[in-house]
Amino acid sequence: MNNTRFTSTRLFLLGLLSLIFVLLALLPLYGTAYTVILLTAIFMYIAMTVSWVIFSGPTGYISLAPAAFFGVGIYTSAILGKALPLFLVICVGALASFCLALLVGALTLRLKGIYFSIFTFGLVLLIQQLLLWYEVRITHTRGRFVIVVDNTTIYFVMFAILVVLVLTAYFIRRSKFGLALQSIGEDEEASAHTGINVTVLKTMMFAVSALFIGATGAIMATRWTYIDPYIAFNPLFSFMPVLMAIFGGIGQFYGPIVGAAIFAYLEELLITRFPYYYMLIFGIILVVAILYLPGGVVGLVQKLRKRDLGERHANP
Amino acid sequence: MVVKILDVVIAGLLLGGLYALIAMGLSLQYGVARVLNISHGEFIMVGALATWALFRIGVNPLVSLTICGPVTFVIGYLLYRTLFTRLRTSSASIGAYEGSSMLASFGLLFIIQNIALIAWGSEIRGYTYLSFPVNVGGALFAANRLVALVFALAIGIVFYLFLVRTRLGKAIRAAAQDATTAGLMGVNIDQVLALCFGFGALMAGFAGLLISMCYPVHATMGLEYTIITIIVVVLGGLGSIPGSFIGGFILGLIGSIVTYIEPGLSLAAYYVLFMLLLLVRPTGILGK
Repeated sequence: MNNTRFTSTRLFLLGLLSLIFVLLALLPLYGTAYTVILLTAIFMYIAMTVSWVIFSGPTGYISLAPAAFFGVGIYTSAILGKALPLFLVICVGALASFCLALLVGALTLRLKGIYFSIFTFGLVLLIQQLLLWYEVRITHTRGRFVIVVDNTTIYFVMFAILVVLVLTAYFIRRSKFGLALQSIGEDEEASAHTGINVTVLKTMMFAVSALFIGATGAIMATRWTYIDPYIAFNPLFSFMPVLMAIFGGIGQFYGPIVGAAIFAYLEELLITRFPYYYMLIFGIILVVAILYLPGGVVGLVQKLRKRDLGERHANP
Repeated sequence: MVVKILDVVIAGLLLGGLYALIAMGLSLQYGVARVLNISHGEFIMVGALATWALFRIGVNPLVSLTICGPVTFVIGYLLYRTLFTRLRTSSASIGAYEGSSMLASFGLLFIIQNIALIAWGSEIRGYTYLSFPVNVGGALFAANRLVALVFALAIGIVFYLFLVRTRLGKAIRAAAQDATTAGLMGVNIDQVLALCFGFGALMAGFAGLLISMCYPVHATMGLEYTIITIIVVVLGGLGSIPGSFIGGFILGLIGSIVTYIEPGLSLAAYYVLFMLLLLVRPTGILGK
């Protein structure tokens, strides 16, 4: 009986997910232009957060490099946008981020804990400053214009990236690689002794997570039309995924998705009306989430549900 | 040529004095209290903008030393007692605590910066105080920069003596070596760590005051100083207070030399140095 209930829950979940998929895939046909733009922004944050969690979630290495990969994607789009079709531009952006991550991953293997975080953050600022110097001194400009793509196309591309990413993240998590990453997070030395090639695995997963952030940057660049090194390599893009993942809860697969969706929606609501208060609230939520919500929103909901169930069992 | 070299070296030392002071503050916060405080620069900003605000109502910046320092000290002390002590006791390991306290300090960065933006606005502020030129061996410098260097040196030396000579200083050094064992030996560890965090904030406040005498200041200046501070602290060796002091002067000199050759690349040069250092010798100059 338990078994049938299990299958029916699964079927129900699968049905619900397909319904959401169809609704979102057809959205531009019935939604307003504003809804399309809003959802594109929400997808962007979900994509960045889920990519960040692929590597940093199970291993516990807090990477602050997302802004660097995102910026690489943005600049690929700005430089190649006129020369290549959109699809190729996104592929090149993703590959460029992938290669950068391979290089950084190979370099930073010796760094543990907090050193890894500050190194990755230094990377964002280094690229930003070098690029700024290059643009001002060599090309004598500061920013660049990006080709304009209509909002519906951006929406579809972003949606496609997100779907591929979520499936990839899901299967990585369910595969032996996911287990291996988890064991690295728990005890790196012990997992190396059990025969996991820690070095290769860490570098590859770091690069896979960068791949999707690069692709996201390449498509989202077309929404800004004008970019400069400060916009493209904004350190905020490094903090946002971390915050959203922690806020949602890293323990569950859907935690980061929920966290990113809530946050991106709140941002759209608040940022135009109270820019200073928005960042203030952002900070307060971050501190409160770290202090009181170690499992994130999803963890909190689960805890409440468990308590609810426990009470029901205790008093039949 | 000699004057040129002297010019660059003295400019580097003047800059280095400020770097040394702020790095000593972060060194206390990370080396002893184990908080890689990303909001360190925000305390500098608070010190700087508070000095500017006090100057506008007629308070001499050097008098403000007695106001800004204690205020940032109390903020830092209370933050540690409430926020970070709770995090420390609820974290499973020291590594987990370092990660979560760093993220919490990111939150503090946004909170402090935006309160400052609401209170003081985002304009670039500055005032003139002791800005007459002084001749140092043929090179001309504003008097306020020399005053800043003297104060940075004095604060550094006084604090070093405090660490070496007093009972509380000994407790701090013991906590830096091993907080748990120091606690077993009768050191009130929550109190000592909170004091260290407070002293770190105090130095940031002082540094902000000295910076506001020499450079224009604004509410979003904090992060840049935080990053420079982290570089200096890694350069000197995480947790080593004399290391931070020396590292500050080294980075100041490097900055001054690079600025002389190619002004646009000084920040980039810091980052290159920093990343090379992390890869080649992550323990820094005086680290163990």
